[in-house]
Formats: sequence, C-alpha cells, structure tokens
Amino acid sequence: MKLAKLIEFLRNRLKTVVWVCVAVLAVLVLGDAVLVDKSGAHTRAEKFPAFWAAFGFVGCALIIILSKWYGHAGIMTREDYYEETTEEDGHE
Amino acid sequence: MNSFWLHPSLLLLLGSLLLFLVPGRLKKGYLLLVPVLVFVRIIWMAKAKETYGAVTFFEPGLTFVYVDALSSVFGYIMGLMCIISTLYGMHVKENAQHAAAWVYVAGSLGAIYAGNFITLFLFWELMAFSSVFLVWFRRRPESLAAGYRYLLVHVFGGLALLAGMVLHCKTQGSWAFGHLDVAHPTPAIYLILTGFLLNAAVPPLHAWLPDAYGEGTFNGSVFLCAFTTKTAVYALCRSFAGMDLLIYLGVAMALYGVVYAVLENDCRRLLAYHIISQVGYMVAGVGIGTEMAINGACAHAFAHILYKGLLFMGCGSVLYMTGESKFTELGGLWKKMPWTFVFTLIGGLSISAFPLFSGFVSKSMIVTAGFEEHKLWVGFLLLLASSGTFLHTGLKVPYFIWFGKNQPKKEVWARAAEPPGNMLAAMVIASFLCIFIGCYTPYLYKMLPYPEEALKYLPYSSYHVSETLQILLFTGLGFFLLIRKLKPEALISLDLDWFYRKGGRAFLWLARKPVQSVDTFVGELYRVAGLVPLMLTASLAGWFDNKIIDGAVDGLAYSVRSLGRRLRPAQRGEMRQNLAFAFAVAAILIVAFVLFVSR
Repeated sequence: MKLAKLIEFLRNRLKTVVWVCVAVLAVLVLGDAVLVDKSGAHTRAEKFPAFWAAFGFVGCALIIILSKWYGHAGIMTREDYYEETTEEDGHE
Repeated sequence: MNSFWLHPSLLLLLGSLLLFLVPGRLKKGYLLLVPVLVFVRIIWMAKAKETYGAVTFFEPGLTFVYVDALSSVFGYIMGLMCIISTLYGMHVKENAQHAAAWVYVAGSLGAIYAGNFITLFLFWELMAFSSVFLVWFRRRPESLAAGYRYLLVHVFGGLALLAGMVLHCKTQGSWAFGHLDVAHPTPAIYLILTGFLLNAAVPPLHAWLPDAYGEGTFNGSVFLCAFTTKTAVYALCRSFAGMDLLIYLGVAMALYGVVYAVLENDCRRLLAYHIISQVGYMVAGVGIGTEMAINGACAHAFAHILYKGLLFMGCGSVLYMTGESKFTELGGLWKKMPWTFVFTLIGGLSISAFPLFSGFVSKSMIVTAGFEEHKLWVGFLLLLASSGTFLHTGLKVPYFIWFGKNQPKKEVWARAAEPPGNMLAAMVIASFLCIFIGCYTPYLYKMLPYPEEALKYLPYSSYHVSETLQILLFTGLGFFLLIRKLKPEALISLDLDWFYRKGGRAFLWLARKPVQSVDTFVGELYRVAGLVPLMLTASLAGWFDNKIIDGAVDGLAYSVRSLGRRLRPAQRGEMRQNLAFAFAVAAILIVAFVLFVSR
C-alpha cells in the first residue's frame, strides 16, 4: 500500500516535518505582515501583523481550556450514567 | 402524462416499494438507477421552473411542486446526496434499510418542493417517521431507546408546526408556504419557528441530534446528517429570512457545538455536534437575511451536505470495519485504513474552510455578510467557531483515530481494513466534489438564489486567504501544544436531553411510587369499604332467601299437602255425593259472603 508507505516515510522524519510546519507558520506571518493587502479589513485591529494568527491560537487555547473546565465541572460523567438508573428502575 | 406523476418524491416512494420485488442479481443496478433518475428529474424540474402538481380534494388542497431558485438548489444537493449515500450502503442486503432511507429522502424532497404549508407538514412528518428506522436498524438496545426519543421529540416539533400553521392560516387566510412577517411575529409564527428550529437542532431543541445520529447504522447516519437539518434550513430561508433572533441563535449554536465536540469521545457524536455548529452558520445567515447572507446559507448547506456526509462516511467506515467509534478504543489505523484517512481528512479540511476546499467558498459568505452588516461580533464569533471546527474535525478526529498513542484491542486491530469498494467509491465522489466546489466556484454560485450577487463575491482575495490560513494553522499549533488536554476520556457529556431522559424516569418513578401507592390505597379502600359490606349483604340476602322466602313457600306447600290429606277421606267416590258436597261448600261460601261482605 503506497499511501501507507508515504505516511510511514513522513512519520520516520517527524522532526523534519515539524520544522517544515514551523517554517510554514513563520512564512505565513511574514507574508501577512509584508505582502497582504489589508484594505479589506473590517476593524483597525485586523491590520496588526499576525492578528489572525494570534486570534487562531488564543481562540483554540480558550476553546480547549474553557470546554474542558466546563466538562469537568459536572457535565462529563460515566458512560453508564443513564443505563444504571434504568437497571435500578427494573427496566432491563 | 401529468408531471405530478414524475415528482421526485413519488419516484423514490415507488422505487422503495418495487425494491422488494427486484431479483438479487439486479439489485445493485436498481439501487443506483432510482436515485439517478430522481436526480435527473430534479435537474429537469429546475429548468422548467413552474408550479404544478396541485391536488385539491379539500381546502386548501395540496401543492406538491413549487420550483424556484431556492427549492432548486436544495433539491439538487439532496438528489446528489441520495445517489452518494445509496452507493455508500449499496452492499447492505436488507431491503428495508434502503427503503427507509429512500422514503426519508422522499420526505425531504417533498418538503422542499412543497407549495403550501399542508404539503410541507405532510412530508415533514414523513421524514421524521421514516428516518427513525435508520437508527432502529442498528438493533442495539441503545439505538432502540434513542430512536424512541428521536421520534417523541420530532412529534413534539411536528405538533408545534401544525398548530402554528393552522393558527397562522386561519388568521391570515393563506396557506402559502412563503415568507412570514418576521418583523411582527405572532404566537402562530413562533410556533412554526419552533417546529423549524427543532429540526434545525437549534439549542435548546438540539439534543435529539447527537443522541440519534451517534446511534444510527453506519450508512443510516450518512443519510441522517444530510437531510433533516438542511430541510429545516431551507424552510427557515423561505419563511424567516431577516429575523434578528436567528442571528443570536445561530451564533450561539455555532459555539455550542464546538464546546461539546471538545468533550466528546465518540467520533460520530462529535461529528453530530459539529452539525449543530455548522447549521449555526446557516441559521445566522438566514437571520442576517441579506442577499449575500441567504446565498451564504444556501451555499454552506450545499457544501455541508457533501463534507459532513464524507466525514460520516469516513467514521462510518471505521465503525463498519472495526465495530468501534470511540477514540479511546481506536488509534494508529493509518496502517490499515490509509485511504479512509485521506478521505476523512478531505472532509475535515472542507468543513474547516481551508482554501481550495468547499467550506472556504461557502462559510466565508456568511461571515462576510455579518461584517458587511456591521455586526462585528457575528463575524468574530463565527471565525472563533471555525477555529474550533478545525480543532476537532480537521485535527482531533483524524489524529485520534488514525494516529495517537492509543492502541486498539487485538480483535479491533485484526478487523481493521479498508472498507468495501462501493464505500470507497462514494467517498471518492464526495471528496472530489468537496475539492471541485472549492476550486471552481461558479458551479455552486450559479445555482444560488441570487446568482448575480454570488458571482460578484470573490473568496480568493489575498486578505481572506491569509486570514483563514493564519486562523487554521495557528489553531493546529495550539492543538499540538495542548494535545494532552485533549486526550479522549471514556466519559459521556450530559446535554439538555438529560431533562427528558431523567424527566421520563421521574415520570416512571411518579407512576410507580405515588400513583401506584394511591392505586393500592384505593384498591384496599374498595376492598374494605366496598367488598366486605357487599359480601355481608349478599350472605344476609342469601340467609333471608333461604330461611324466610323459601320457608314461606315451603310452609305453604306443606299446608296445602296436609289439607289435601285431610280432605281425601271426605271423598266417597260417588258422583252425586261429591257434587252434593261441593254444592254444600259453595252454598256455605255464598251465604258467608252475603252475610259478611255485603254488610
């Protein structure tokens, strides 16, 4: 299976892949600061270099942290939560 | 022949009936032929653009076909998805599963082409009652229960819709399924809205969706994810465009789905929560209500049906091959199912709105419409939700199924392999369309309700591409830095279905404990105060009957017999003596009568 071999090839060179990804991120931020025409921006804040990079990163972190906090505040529970009650009720 | 007989829904309904008569060797061809014919018919109808198929056997009658740009674009994508989904499950031998799916699609198409509210309601309910079988056919106890919950919730939505329609039509005098006066909503309009919002899975009326779609069959959920919510989006587009309330609801649901997707351990339930999130964009678009926003809502529904179908096909393939859908039970499948990984990734990149994928050219229309209407908070919050979308669907799903540190059980690993050819073929077609729509925008834009406006929109500006890539790639960075926090946990998350699931149990408890106690008390009371005196009365009556009544009757009989015995010796046997005796008695009686009575 050639596709699996390609994935294996990339996995075996994980450090290189990571560095390529970091380089892509850097190029993206540089390109945004230097090349991109920001006349289409809707707010002044968007004209700061890497505004959307910060927005993406902070947004992602906030979503993960706040959601997990919410989940562990009592929303996440054991998998048989509904089933057990059913058994108690003598339904199954 | 009347065009009514070529209604796409009717073709599907007839097709599903005839399916049971088709011999086994022709079945696969037949399974493809019917949806293809339906799709051809939909394209034909879009070109004709007319209203026909009206049947009036009671007022206001049924109008089966109303074709305009809005119904055409939704009809087109529903027809296309019917082909892809049927192909995906083509190897399933049970005819009833295909029939249920086709009847479900027929309901959706019927609702989309409905010309008045009565027709809409008819097909709306057909959708609900046929789609539940796609959950029940999984045949797990959990599926059975989830199916019943799904049905009950949809019956509630259907009733709200019906009540609203009747109230509205009685006050307005029109049953036409068109734009409602959303600036001055009446209770009737709110009831109709409730019916639509429930099918669109807008919180707090959303919990049925992850509950049922996570429990559907591997191919049933591919159908489910496409039709119900998007038919509701169509109905909202037609009747509620420009209603401000929908903007708030849409943005809230876009974020709500994202939050629950973080917590979810089951990949198909995660995808179901992301339906809520993505439909949020469409609902917000309908609420904004401008030409750009309505175009965006329709375009996003079109793109969403394809990429969400593709994602459900990818995760459905994992479930079908391994029997597992939980992240905690999966991992490292890239060795066994690499092509399924690639197709699922394409779905993930499309939903995340990566440039060159379908979501990029559809979702951005809604966000742009929000910014253009100076609703900055709408634009920013929807962009935040798209960061969450990539986080889960583009990263979490592929990573924890195909990579990750978790190792599945031996038997799961042994079962894992690429799915059958027809499933792969369906994923290839959906993947192609996701990329094609993202690369060649006129294909989709020309079909939208306002094509001139759509064709003016240029998604591939340097600013938009840069903005999107930054948000998504830095979300990727956040994912890998915080990956420990995202580690799947073998837990479930309580949602608003808690209220009716626990509420149902509370009702059962109420029925068993207080109601049963009262019932027992009343039974005892009846026994003590009713049965015991009744038995006493009955034995008294028996004694009275036995002793008094029977005694009197028996005594009379004994007296007559004894009198007879005494009189017998008086008979001499001679006629003259007997007659003389009789006359004497008669004379005595007459004299006695005269003496005593006449006095």
